[in-house]
Amino acid sequence: MIAVLILGSLALLFGLVLGYAAIRFKVEGDPIIDQIDARLPQTQCGQCGFPGCRPYAEAIVNDQAEINQCPPGGEAGMQALADLLGRDPLPLNPENGVADDGPPKVAIINERTCIGCTKCVQVCPVDAIAGAARHIHTVLDRYCTGCELCLPPLCPVEECIVMVPVEQDIQSWKWPNPEKPGQSAAA
Amino acid sequence: MKKLARFKGGIKLPGFKSLSNQAPIRNVVLPEKLIIPLRQHIGEAATPVVEVGQGVLKGQLIATSQAFISAPIHASSSGRVVEIGKHPVAHQSGLAEPCIVIETDGNDTWHPDCHVDRPVEVLTSDAIRSTIKQAGIVGLGGAVFPSAAKLKPTRPIDTLIINGVECEPYITCDDAVMRHYANQVLEGVLILRRLIDPVEAIIAVEDNKPEAIAALESAIDRFKSDNRGQVNTIRVVAVPTIFPAGGEKQLIKVLTNKEVPQHGLPYEVGVVCLNVGTTVAIYNAVFKAEPLVSRIVTVTGEAVPRPGNYKVLIGTPVEHLLGQAGVSNLDMAQLKPQLIMGGPMMGQTLPHAQVPIVKAANCILVKNYSKQVMPPSMPCIRCGACAAACPIQLLPQQLYWHARGNHFEKLEHYHLADCIECGCCSVVCPSRIPLVQYFRYAKSEFRDHTIKARFADQSRVRMQAREARLERIKREQEGRKARRRAERKKKKAADQPATSTSHLDTTKSEEKKPAKTKQASVG
Repeated sequence: MIAVLILGSLALLFGLVLGYAAIRFKVEGDPIIDQIDARLPQTQCGQCGFPGCRPYAEAIVNDQAEINQCPPGGEAGMQALADLLGRDPLPLNPENGVADDGPPKVAIINERTCIGCTKCVQVCPVDAIAGAARHIHTVLDRYCTGCELCLPPLCPVEECIVMVPVEQDIQSWKWPNPEKPGQSAAA
Repeated sequence: MKKLARFKGGIKLPGFKSLSNQAPIRNVVLPEKLIIPLRQHIGEAATPVVEVGQGVLKGQLIATSQAFISAPIHASSSGRVVEIGKHPVAHQSGLAEPCIVIETDGNDTWHPDCHVDRPVEVLTSDAIRSTIKQAGIVGLGGAVFPSAAKLKPTRPIDTLIINGVECEPYITCDDAVMRHYANQVLEGVLILRRLIDPVEAIIAVEDNKPEAIAALESAIDRFKSDNRGQVNTIRVVAVPTIFPAGGEKQLIKVLTNKEVPQHGLPYEVGVVCLNVGTTVAIYNAVFKAEPLVSRIVTVTGEAVPRPGNYKVLIGTPVEHLLGQAGVSNLDMAQLKPQLIMGGPMMGQTLPHAQVPIVKAANCILVKNYSKQVMPPSMPCIRCGACAAACPIQLLPQQLYWHARGNHFEKLEHYHLADCIECGCCSVVCPSRIPLVQYFRYAKSEFRDHTIKARFADQSRVRMQAREARLERIKREQEGRKARRRAERKKKKAADQPATSTSHLDTTKSEEKKPAKTKQASVG
């Protein structure tokens, strides 16, 4: 009888503590989504089929997407997600596009052909294009993620918006890997 | 005299100094073209203030910057600016950087404001500081930190150290400066003493340079016999020859037994440290109004017919300098020697000989490929020799594993960023693992990783800001729509009694008309 009382009161006590903790330390949102989002490249390109990196992270958590749908993240990004979620690594899904191992690229607008339609301004996920209706637009290259969403067919003019590789300078140059001599560190 | 301390680690290296320190300092024939990079220092690159086609005189300002950590650039000789554009510079990568190209006119005419005697005694300390800043003086020991930024320390300074240690094999340019310009070194130290007011000033020289020590000591005696008592606080100290005793933090430890904190600067422990070459450059700037347009460069190596120290204008192509030292273009083409800017331990391999000499270039080392065939490296046997040799007391072996695996958190945990890339670990490694190469590789990977992470964060914030803005606009639009709808409803309700009496059976379209006419009549 005493044992039942002691255990019962302990259970009640712990229940109260846990119940209080659940309210007091409630976590807003789903932390796993934040963790996945932190490992995505934030290109916001939508190649995964979702309108940005965070929606893709949410889709992964809700089992609506696999971890191999992010070409900008590449093999390494997929591996990071596999490690985080304890899932088996998968080869990148070619349906979502191919990983580009070349140097990073940014969009550039040819001012001569730009007609000022503002289509690219509206679609740019990181507000990296400045311009107003019937005025020349321009890309703020330090914000451009290279998502390619503004390229034709969205842009109605041929050869107005093109992707150019970011020029490498001494500050961004990388020493080659001693284990792979000869391989330039351009990537 | 205080007993010298000893820094942990370090190694003894063969010197090869007598190759280049036998001859006096030689002048170099004026090259036809000078290629002067706009970034020759740590900090912001300078912006050109001249135009293509403009004539310039020796010592004329050609590029400047407003940033505190930066240095202006001056024309090294008289002539005409023929190009402002990208040129390959002295860097391992062989990449091009913005440069000003000057076609020399052969007269080497000084700008009228330069190369004149200045009344130093009447100059205020601030005037001297600004002279040093405007003369574009940076640390000539190799780190090229703008010197002016060191000369207004925010706390009292106990020790001013003039670094003439020059611990790398082969290099003798500081040795030559001390032997030939001992008076100028002392004058420079006296100026620096006026600026930062230290308790004592030490000129540190490695004990393998007895001639330099003798030259400095006899100069001090001369100053004393001229009744210039200020030299009493200047001491010449011979430090043991252990690589890398010339590293700033190592030298401070040896001389003062103080350790500069991690990520800290020497002034935090009450020390200011400058190279002897920099001291002479400061002398030239303050006494002669000469900006930094030339420096002493060691050209050495077993393959060089006339090795020695040369007074070289900044911007001189390496190929021209090598020609003066007897290495012809033919030799270059046939032997394909390895060119190293700096010493064999910490220097950088140059991509080719067309790059210009910059303020950082203390030595051009020419090595024959044929002589040295590196045997392949073997697996790490965990002997720990690298950890014993590391002057920073890092654990190169641990760093090596994590560098191979790109484990950035681990690399940070083992303080990769504090590695000075001195190369001691690579030298002592019995398995001949090129550890420094791994650390350089890992450092640049780590930096790239950090930049990418920061960019991703920026993109995330911008994406969220955009979403919030779109959301707000949508809400506002809906709010406006709702308000309009509500207004219309209210109006309708207000109209209803008035219209209902006269037009009981009106259609919807007709309903609006009386409302409008009513409004008009009210107005």
